[in-house]
Amino acid sequence: MEDKLREFFKTVFPDAVIREDFFRNQLSFYIRKEYLFDICKSLQKHPDFAFNFLSDICSLDWLDNPEAADGRFEVIYNLFSLKNRYRFFLKVRLSNEKPEIDSLTYLWHTADWLEREVYDLMGIIFIGHPDLQKIVTPDELEGFPLRKDFPLTYEVPQFSYNKDEPPELIL
Amino acid sequence: MTEAAGKRTMTLNMGPQHPATHGVLRVELELDGETVVKATPHIGYLHTGIEKNAESKLYYKVIPMTDRMDYLAPMSNNLGYCLAVEKLLELEMPEKVIYARVLLTELTRIASHLVWVGTHALDIGAMSMLLYAFREREMILDIYEACSGQRMMSTYFRIGGLAYDLPDDFDRKVRNILKVLPDRIKDYERLLTDNKIFRKRTIGVAYISAEDAVNCGLTGPTLRGSGVNYDVRKTNPYCGYDKFQFVVPLGENGDVYDRYLIRMEEMRQSLRIVQQALDGMPAGPFRVHAPGIVLPPKEDVLSKMESLIFHFKIITEGFKPPKGAVYQAIESPKGELGYYISSDGTNMPHRMRVRPPSFVNLSALPKMIEGRLVADVIAAIGSIDIVLGEVDR
Repeated sequence: MEDKLREFFKTVFPDAVIREDFFRNQLSFYIRKEYLFDICKSLQKHPDFAFNFLSDICSLDWLDNPEAADGRFEVIYNLFSLKNRYRFFLKVRLSNEKPEIDSLTYLWHTADWLEREVYDLMGIIFIGHPDLQKIVTPDELEGFPLRKDFPLTYEVPQFSYNKDEPPELIL
Repeated sequence: MTEAAGKRTMTLNMGPQHPATHGVLRVELELDGETVVKATPHIGYLHTGIEKNAESKLYYKVIPMTDRMDYLAPMSNNLGYCLAVEKLLELEMPEKVIYARVLLTELTRIASHLVWVGTHALDIGAMSMLLYAFREREMILDIYEACSGQRMMSTYFRIGGLAYDLPDDFDRKVRNILKVLPDRIKDYERLLTDNKIFRKRTIGVAYISAEDAVNCGLTGPTLRGSGVNYDVRKTNPYCGYDKFQFVVPLGENGDVYDRYLIRMEEMRQSLRIVQQALDGMPAGPFRVHAPGIVLPPKEDVLSKMESLIFHFKIITEGFKPPKGAVYQAIESPKGELGYYISSDGTNMPHRMRVRPPSFVNLSALPKMIEGRLVADVIAAIGSIDIVLGEVDR
């Protein structure tokens, strides 16, 4: 299956793959973000692969890590093929300045909430999402909690008399 | 009530304190008479930031937090996390650990389904089921207590094995369940399966087609109710599930009734697995021998210098897995529960992502209930089997 996928990327999307990674028997491709929608679309409908199940979308923040050279944020698409019982990952790196990527809501209904969660917690904008708004954090919360520069032990006081002078950060 | 262009709709907030939403879920319903025109679930009332919290904890300190996500199936959550970290560390488990884990997670599945059948039946009008289901669940919680000392938040699985060895009367207690439960499940079915009211409330309700179910990312009994054969235990066996014989029940109609039938059958199949695991339970160590990663046996800590040093170092510093990211999916009672753990080579996870089955399943709720009656909303929410602790994390 791995070789078939490599072959697919080589023939159909020769420019899309930046590098591939094979760790603990799991294959992942780092791809350019422009190609994401087209790749997913052709993999979903592909008669042999049939990656018709989008398991998960999640995101990483590589702040203060050597990995950040390729882009600070990483969005991970977890694709599963019910037909072949095979799972692999598409990973996209996004820059700090412009964390934007195409939405997959046209292909999968699952992407709706998963993308909203990534937006809510990591602040990544999904272009074309029909209803991109917060999902788990309260509306008053500012910032994106899963980013590494969001403080861990400090809560933004919502109803505090000293809101203008918040207590010292404990990191 | 809004009146625009001759169309009258009413907005009704169901929840977050509604008893049939199984927690703090709010569904904003737009009603035309008794028909649901639009449904928007609002979640997040129980968001505790477990994923963020895990980034500042040593690997083994994350385990107690996983219990608190799906609090009806603590062992499944522990198992998923432990397997993911073990995959990262490339640890092979001894036979006894594998068998004990399979046995306990299957008991967890039964306990979770028992709560489901009780509360779901209660939601749609069959009160007595709740009392019966909780009576049987108590027997399983007794086993948790005997194993780990805790009835609900067991935290019994550890990275590299179990917290303690299985208790002395474990065998007797499990055999008691195996003896009692099949008849009890029959009793439940006598109460519900042919019950006229129950059938009227469930057959054809909250229908979702197989194609839509896959597109919505549904997993677990909710997906199999639509006839899609996807069970992680069979498709990608983990934790030695390929050694056990069981059948994955499939539905045909994709409605609430089929999901009910599947969960009842799953309980029977889980009992089958428990039987096999109990009969085949080997003797041996309950932890893998991996110095520096897994705690050494207590008697060694008290008598040997090296063990004491390792014990001290693991507790204070933890261990450092290699750089890389792994994903481990398991079949929890609700569906595919996945842990994506990214390690940057330090002693804490760089990122721990939980793929929550309840969260994804809940996102398909509008598809199931739009265009249907208000009373069906309750049946639909019940049939998805959500736990809000896991939806919000």
